[in-house]
Amino acid sequence: MTSEWPLWEIFIRSQHGLAHKHVGSLHAPDAEMAIKNARDVYTRRNEGVSIWAVRSADIVASAPGDREPLFEPANSKVYRHPTFFPMPDEVKHI
Amino acid sequence: MYAQMVDTGVKAVRAAADMSAEERAFQARIDADVKVEPKEWMPEAYRKTLIRQISQHAHSEIVGMLPEGNWITRAPTLKRKAILMAKVQDEGGHGLYLYAAAETLGVSRDQMIADLHAGRAKYSSIFNYPTLTWADIGAIGWLVDGAAIMNQIPLCRCSFGPYARAMVRICKEESFHQRQGYDIMLTLARGTAEQKAMAQESLNRWWWPSLMMFGPSDAESVHSAQSAAWKIKILSNDELRQRFVDQTVPQADFLGITVPDPDLKWNAERGHYDFGAIDWAEFQNVIKGNGPCNRDRLRTRVKAWEDGAWVREAAMVHAGKRAARAAKQAA
Repeated sequence: MTSEWPLWEIFIRSQHGLAHKHVGSLHAPDAEMAIKNARDVYTRRNEGVSIWAVRSADIVASAPGDREPLFEPANSKVYRHPTFFPMPDEVKHI
Repeated sequence: MYAQMVDTGVKAVRAAADMSAEERAFQARIDADVKVEPKEWMPEAYRKTLIRQISQHAHSEIVGMLPEGNWITRAPTLKRKAILMAKVQDEGGHGLYLYAAAETLGVSRDQMIADLHAGRAKYSSIFNYPTLTWADIGAIGWLVDGAAIMNQIPLCRCSFGPYARAMVRICKEESFHQRQGYDIMLTLARGTAEQKAMAQESLNRWWWPSLMMFGPSDAESVHSAQSAAWKIKILSNDELRQRFVDQTVPQADFLGITVPDPDLKWNAERGHYDFGAIDWAEFQNVIKGNGPCNRDRLRTRVKAWEDGAWVREAAMVHAGKRAARAAKQAA
């Protein structure tokens, strides 16, 4: 029994010029094979024009338990949204 | 379905009074349609049930490649051959998305494959039937993929994020599968008398096993009730089966072929088709490993795994050597 091929996370940029988006993962022995496999698995229907492959082990993620301290402070700062400032109807183009 | 009769490991649906505070909070989030993500706390039974369900689903995709792969070399035209190869390749992809979703729950790919090969993990009963004629490729796309879509569309809303996301991808691709199957059936139905007979004969063999795909009536199943509470089963087996019959019978009528069920008739009062009794003894027999192709399917999978071992090993060693060489050059 050999060791499993490492896991890679795959990110694809679609044709519309948007940022690379996570589409899923796959196993591959190295970076070159990760790109080749990603092409076969995730771009069979013209889904993308560029592939990023990142070893899953190299991804640093926030912990689910930190959700409150990380994201709660933004809740009270509604003035960060443009809709916080009501504009008179007479004022245009703003 | 692709995941039939999934054991939840519970004897009764968990009541709020029996739950820990953590579990109650978890259930409340599920009830509020918040998705569960892999790193978050979840009850052990939820995790184990999902591993069973998603891996069974993945195994079905991979074993499902075999009956269709059987006809790649004998497809009637180059066009049909290219289409069938694309379809079988999609099934491999679907298996991969699902294995990856299950891996987020902490089980390894190798472990899941070992469970399949040892007979500890199941796959859908439908793939234990043989593909005897080209028409079977049409019938599988039309009926089997049609039944799969019926089950998979609601699962796009299931509570576990990675499973739901895999289902969205799969559903997008699955509708090609169903249409290519119906297209084969249409071509046969519009062909010679002999070709039409082939389409009919294939429907005769695949109709009942297709209905069995949805699994036994789950009105009394504690597992189904628990899975419904966890939102990893959205509609009941009987609901899905009825939808499938209602959708498929008019499609058979259009082809001019007959569903092999003398009890099948439209019930205007219910607004549904009534249909005959399913032979559950046959279903249980196939699930137990005694269908027409169970042994052959498993043997083929194990052989493919063993024959590919040297490739997996060599690729790892090669990658290791290249990395070592690159490190040496950089030093």
